[in-house]
Amino acid sequence: MDVVIAGIGQTSVGEHWHVSLRELAFQAIEAARVDAGGLLPQALFVGNMLAPKVSGQAHLGVLIADFAGLRGIEAYTIEAAGASGGAALRAGYLAVKSGFVDVALVVGVEKLTDKVGPEVESAIATSLDSDYEAVQGVTPLAQAAMIMRRYFYEYEVPQNALAGFPVTAHANGVGNSHAMFRKALKPGLYERVGMLSEPLNMFDAAPDADGAAAVLLTRAELIPPDASPTPVRIAGSSIATDTLSLHDRPDPLDFRAARISVGQACHQAGIVIGEMDFFELCDIYSVYAALSLEAAGLAERGQGWVLAEEGQISLKGRIPISTLGGVKARGNPWGATGVYQVVEAVQQLRGEAGVNQVPAAEKALVQCLGGPASTAVTHVLTAL
Amino acid sequence: MEIPRHWRLKKQRYALVGEVCPHCEAKIFPPRDVCPECGDEAKTLFEFSGRGEVYSYTTLHNAPAGYQAYAPYTVALVKLEEGPMVTAQLTDIDNQPVEVGMPVEMVTRKLRAEGDDDRGMLVYGYKFRPMELQPLAAAD
Repeated sequence: MDVVIAGIGQTSVGEHWHVSLRELAFQAIEAARVDAGGLLPQALFVGNMLAPKVSGQAHLGVLIADFAGLRGIEAYTIEAAGASGGAALRAGYLAVKSGFVDVALVVGVEKLTDKVGPEVESAIATSLDSDYEAVQGVTPLAQAAMIMRRYFYEYEVPQNALAGFPVTAHANGVGNSHAMFRKALKPGLYERVGMLSEPLNMFDAAPDADGAAAVLLTRAELIPPDASPTPVRIAGSSIATDTLSLHDRPDPLDFRAARISVGQACHQAGIVIGEMDFFELCDIYSVYAALSLEAAGLAERGQGWVLAEEGQISLKGRIPISTLGGVKARGNPWGATGVYQVVEAVQQLRGEAGVNQVPAAEKALVQCLGGPASTAVTHVLTAL
Repeated sequence: MEIPRHWRLKKQRYALVGEVCPHCEAKIFPPRDVCPECGDEAKTLFEFSGRGEVYSYTTLHNAPAGYQAYAPYTVALVKLEEGPMVTAQLTDIDNQPVEVGMPVEMVTRKLRAEGDDDRGMLVYGYKFRPMELQPLAAAD
């Protein structure tokens, strides 16, 4: 029994000063329901990371179901840090796959610009080990910087080895009307930009932003044969976890959970990694893009950056990534990111990606990460 | 205020007390009661020497709430000589360049103050400083 994505919706990613958390979620839900031809969901799964800290708002399932005119349905939040959106999709997938739910609505939503600076940093840092990491004043960005320094140290890569990741993401963001950044990076700018947390510079990190994205899932047989738009099949779905703390890993440069979840999702789909037409990965930090390519088996250890250097990750390359700007250029609405990635992958598989269309895209690998792959959620999507 | 929370971690924060696995001898920090190496129960306390070396490091400029007063500060992954790695701030580094592999030792320092203006509870814990201290300036 196939689970399919029957509708997609998204808001633009950015600073939505005039829109509240519930309104943002509703905009994406409304768009997804219109896209799906009015399918009525029986369950709502909300992917969110920061609302209890940033908005003082928990209990998002009922908040959003009620506000969206779906009062009474099953509804709750799924939280897995930056992987919350992907985890919510997994929950929706399991609900439909099990047969208990005919139509599931998955919405990822993050509304963090009501607070700024240190308060947002500390909210995001709650995804770390509070007793042994965050108490030292460490943030996810600082962790990424330490991973990046070690990557450079162990593999002796050139100083600007990771530049190809933000350059590709920004080039692709130009064609995505929902992206936060829609300007290509000027040549040489990466080398000159200021440091955030050395050696990690401003272009090595994705911008925090508001946003919401939604998908409607159902069983293939519940969709009329002539349905438009064409449904997209979820062929593989997997979540794996590693240690929460980075320091507890035998090898912090091995994204083990990412590796395991890719393996499981591909195995379920019966598709080998080399057959994927593109890969929406977690490029929240450029070094994570490199490590994700390596974990997926698309590059040798220490060689992920070479794919970017050689242009193999661009839209017409061997394995396009961040095809609509990725986390870097589309922007990072933390708990919503995993749903955005899936919405974008569906655009590609439907052939609706416009100037960003990956040629003959039929098989997609989609992965979001919570922390430094402490949680990894991977889905394989295929055109029906 | 989270007094009990910090109080119950005092052995770890002040003395790097972890565990040693009675089955496979693995040294464990922070304590977790199940050996990550062999999966058996491990509740035997073990005090770490506090010596180790820098595995990686960075300097934070955009500090989270409660830490802005200390920014910029340097954080590191420190590989303890007994095996485990810990996340900790580096201290007493002045303008000395930090390097991967640099030998460091544990010291007890203030991590943060709860509340505003340093008038709340002070949270102490481990930080690491370079092992070879700068010679003291000669008294004249």
